[in-house]
Amino acid sequence: MVSVTSDARGAQRSPSPVKASSHGTPTTPSPNYRQLREIARAVRRDILLSITEAGSGHPGGSLSEADILVALYWCVLRHDPRNPAWGDRDRLILSKGHACPGLYTVLAHRGYFPKADLSTFRKLGSHLQGHAKMGTPGVEMSSGSLGQGLSFGVGVALAGRLDGRSYRTYVLLGDGECDEGQVWEAAMSAAHYKVDTLTAIVDRNRIQNDRFTREVMELEPLDAKWRAFGWRVLEIDGHSFPALLRALRQAQETEGQPTVIIARTTKGKGVSFMENNPAFHGRAPTKEQLAQALGEVGFSRAEASAAMKELGFPEAKIAEWTGLMPEG
Amino acid sequence: MVTRAAAVTREVFGQTLLALGKENPDIVAVGGDLNVSTFAYLFGREFPARFFDLGPAEQNMMSIAAGLAFSGKIPFANTFAVFGTGRPYDQIRVGIAQTGANVKIIGSHSGITVGEDGVSAQAIEDIALMCALPGFHVIVPSDGPETAQAVRVAAKERGPFYLRLSRLATPVLHADGSSFRLGRAEVMRQGLDLTLIACGIMVAAALEAAETLARTGVQARVLNVATLQPLDREAILQAARETGAIVTAEEHYINGGLGSMVASVVAQGYPAPVEMVALHRYAESGAPAQLLAKYGLTAADVERAARRVMTRKGK
Repeated sequence: MVSVTSDARGAQRSPSPVKASSHGTPTTPSPNYRQLREIARAVRRDILLSITEAGSGHPGGSLSEADILVALYWCVLRHDPRNPAWGDRDRLILSKGHACPGLYTVLAHRGYFPKADLSTFRKLGSHLQGHAKMGTPGVEMSSGSLGQGLSFGVGVALAGRLDGRSYRTYVLLGDGECDEGQVWEAAMSAAHYKVDTLTAIVDRNRIQNDRFTREVMELEPLDAKWRAFGWRVLEIDGHSFPALLRALRQAQETEGQPTVIIARTTKGKGVSFMENNPAFHGRAPTKEQLAQALGEVGFSRAEASAAMKELGFPEAKIAEWTGLMPEG
Repeated sequence: MVTRAAAVTREVFGQTLLALGKENPDIVAVGGDLNVSTFAYLFGREFPARFFDLGPAEQNMMSIAAGLAFSGKIPFANTFAVFGTGRPYDQIRVGIAQTGANVKIIGSHSGITVGEDGVSAQAIEDIALMCALPGFHVIVPSDGPETAQAVRVAAKERGPFYLRLSRLATPVLHADGSSFRLGRAEVMRQGLDLTLIACGIMVAAALEAAETLARTGVQARVLNVATLQPLDREAILQAARETGAIVTAEEHYINGGLGSMVASVVAQGYPAPVEMVALHRYAESGAPAQLLAKYGLTAADVERAARRVMTRKGK
């Protein structure tokens, strides 16, 4: 049973859902499930704002992975936003680099860089590149070319073993990304070298760039594939914080083999016209669509205005965009 | 000086890596089921915990190397030149070149002198591929002592390196020790009539051609360009200014290799006639010496190119 206390924020030794936070940094709070859902809602809002401002980007996979990243960065990872290069930090490697708005937003909310940077996404001179690139505080690997993150994670985990460090390595993969042969080269090697500090998480949103994964390239039985490659397989609802935290704890307790968490998610989660819609894999919403989406995620005009202000939007644009939202 | 001694550069690599492994615990090796051929097994036998054979899965190997590098290790990724460049090119490009990862790629069995294995194993495009990656150090040692030096420099200097090695024993040109310096070309022989610019096994051929030319009164400078990137532009321009004619020689396709890069430097900085000794097409299976003769990579080919360039210089 996962225990998450309701008043644990700031507590030094509160019951923690996962092992890592028990020896975590002082910056690791332990929010309860309701707080986690609130955080995820704000993350979804800022994902939508940054992509709309950029005029391009990948909302579908950013929204589907949001809860996974919130669970990791608020409850699981041992990390220090003020010292991103800390040698003993747990590593989150975003292999599906196109879904970087999700990661950027989470990193900004955790204090790795100012939230105002989110409105510079994909713009000239910004450190927030169109696909995740090393150099942004907290970004562990340059991605954007699919299939490379799990291998990178194997290397990171092997180095940690050689150095006798206790950090854990997490790799977030897309499901369409599992079409890449290199994912399976990496899977084989991780099992061969018994890299049990490595956890892969597959964002199983069932949609890839062109169409549904079953139409482009059948992945099923995905769990059996990973099992056959020597991995422990956990299949969960990727939008359930209790399920995510339980699975991540089970992964930590697994010895002698790596663990994969197949997180069943909804592409475009939280926005009706993006959910299960392949069109929003890699397309920005219009400002009218943004207005509707912000309302659906549960924000009022006033709340959206405040958020846009925090993200550094000019007053005129705040008025224009929030003016498109329904009253109230 | 040229001696009759010979050394296998890939074997020198293996011995040097083993020595480096004893000096620096952060040095690790990843391989692709060719560790006996590349002599990386010498390191693996001594340091099994720091040695990861990943099977013939070179994409995985390169990305793992990047992960090791960004976790404080100095990984030497070793395999044949074909499998260490073209096969995992995107992993090298995105994960190692664009990030400046501290990964050292060793490509053995380069060029056509891999011989009987045939065209699939003959890397004649790798210099072009690796020099097309901004910031990548590309080194083609001319002999054993220079290989030992280059491996040590690669381990010491931060950033991505590609070292191109050969299958066969090659003549020892630096019997008194190599003075290899990263990014610096080496004058192996002085001369003012023309300059023979070569890398790898073709340096020995250039020296032999220079001897022959000298017997007919033509004094050729021989420049060993072991570092292809960053290129020693000044040494090349100096050769163009002082000798007014250049022959390049490489065991590589004519496009995108040493000749192309030298011609680019000369055309931009001090135009002079350039003749290129290089491959013009894919080769085939055969004994290395037969292949070098059939595909035009002998000392005699260098000498003929020198005669051609001297004629052009005179016009």
